[in-house]
Amino acid sequence: MIKGKHLIEPTDLTLEELELLFDLALAIESKPKDYLSELNGYLLASLFYEPSTRTRFSFEAAMLRLGGQVIGFSEPNSSSVSKGESVADTIRTVACYADIAVMRHPKEGAPKLASKHSPIPIINAGDGGHQHPTQTLTDLLTIRSLKGTINQNVVGFCGDLKFGRTVHSLVKAMARYDNMTFVFVSPPELAMPAHIKDSLGSHNIIEVNNLEDVIDQIDILYMTRIQRERFFNEEEYLRLKSYFVLTKDKLSTAKDDMIVMHPLPRVDEIHPNVDEDPRAVYFQQAQYGMYVRMALILKLLKGDAHA
Amino acid sequence: MLKVESIKKGIVIDHISAGLGYRIFTELKLDQVDYTTALIRNVPSKKLGKKDLIKIDNVVDLDLDMLGLLDPNITIVIIESEHVHEKIKLSLPKKVHGILKCKNPRCISTVEKIEDIAFYLVNPDTHEYRCEYCDTPYYANKS
Repeated sequence: MIKGKHLIEPTDLTLEELELLFDLALAIESKPKDYLSELNGYLLASLFYEPSTRTRFSFEAAMLRLGGQVIGFSEPNSSSVSKGESVADTIRTVACYADIAVMRHPKEGAPKLASKHSPIPIINAGDGGHQHPTQTLTDLLTIRSLKGTINQNVVGFCGDLKFGRTVHSLVKAMARYDNMTFVFVSPPELAMPAHIKDSLGSHNIIEVNNLEDVIDQIDILYMTRIQRERFFNEEEYLRLKSYFVLTKDKLSTAKDDMIVMHPLPRVDEIHPNVDEDPRAVYFQQAQYGMYVRMALILKLLKGDAHA
Repeated sequence: MLKVESIKKGIVIDHISAGLGYRIFTELKLDQVDYTTALIRNVPSKKLGKKDLIKIDNVVDLDLDMLGLLDPNITIVIIESEHVHEKIKLSLPKKVHGILKCKNPRCISTVEKIEDIAFYLVNPDTHEYRCEYCDTPYYANKS
């Protein structure tokens, strides 16, 4: 039963719970007006200890589109946190006013700490470089909706696979499905860490340095940003950055039904000339992010007692 | 072999990996007690080649999780009336509470000074534990 649970990491939900969640998200997507007053009278606390426009808007839009309302802060200086209040005390106070809380925090494990002291459901909206479970739910829903199933896909991850929190979470979440093939495309300096690969059990793993060598085999291509701050010298950054840019030309040998995903914000890693290609689904993915958050909030607050 | 008097009622911590005895002795604060204790190092052992051994001539409470974390090969022997009453074979605990501290400066537990952090065993082969808050690994055999 998902009602009243916290979502701190993607595996907090069973595969069955995820299926029900995705069913609801897709039902909302098809008839959003049917859900406009589902959460009348409910209040979501949006606790953002660091700025995040995209995730915060997505959660707040989700709550408002369900007929609920939102209170909160978008940076800690405007809250009692600036006076030195602990996470535990903040959440105990917030729980007196709100029915559910969303927390983004620069420190790893802060939402987990909050969940230990909270009588209301806590959703982790990103804790430092650690977990960002609703991004993972967004990615899984996008795949489930656009590919029909998550099982048995060849999933390519391209770019910075060493430091990418989003990629690590998604890979671990996908490892729970059947017969996956993971294709990791990165420079050796930014390769997928061994402990993530070790967690993939019997799934197939392919590691290459060049996207063009494998793009024709891929069903889902997940692009990530290569960040300048990961490199010691500018030359190396510029060399690798251009190496992992997706262009229209590179897509020429890809399958017609492949999808290109990206957690956004995109910088240079996907050329704008890819945007018009029907396989580019990253903006649609952002919209699925709102639907899956609507479904999640609704399930955590009302369980199965919704429209 | 060095002769140490037998215990009437107390505890023997046996099969300590050679070299770990002193650390366990001090972790248990046995260097601060006024009853009889003995730390014997490098005792010949069929099983381990060499081992350390601690004798405590008193009934004390031991934190078995902490001992199992330090050395899962340990055997605790309870002595009553100069005879072995019970043997307890330790293993790596699945979860330890309030024993380890997270070393990750980005972990909330270091900022909010949480004392009773749980660490979960994720790989018994490598003795790898993970912080409940940030998943930072801790290797019990490398500390």
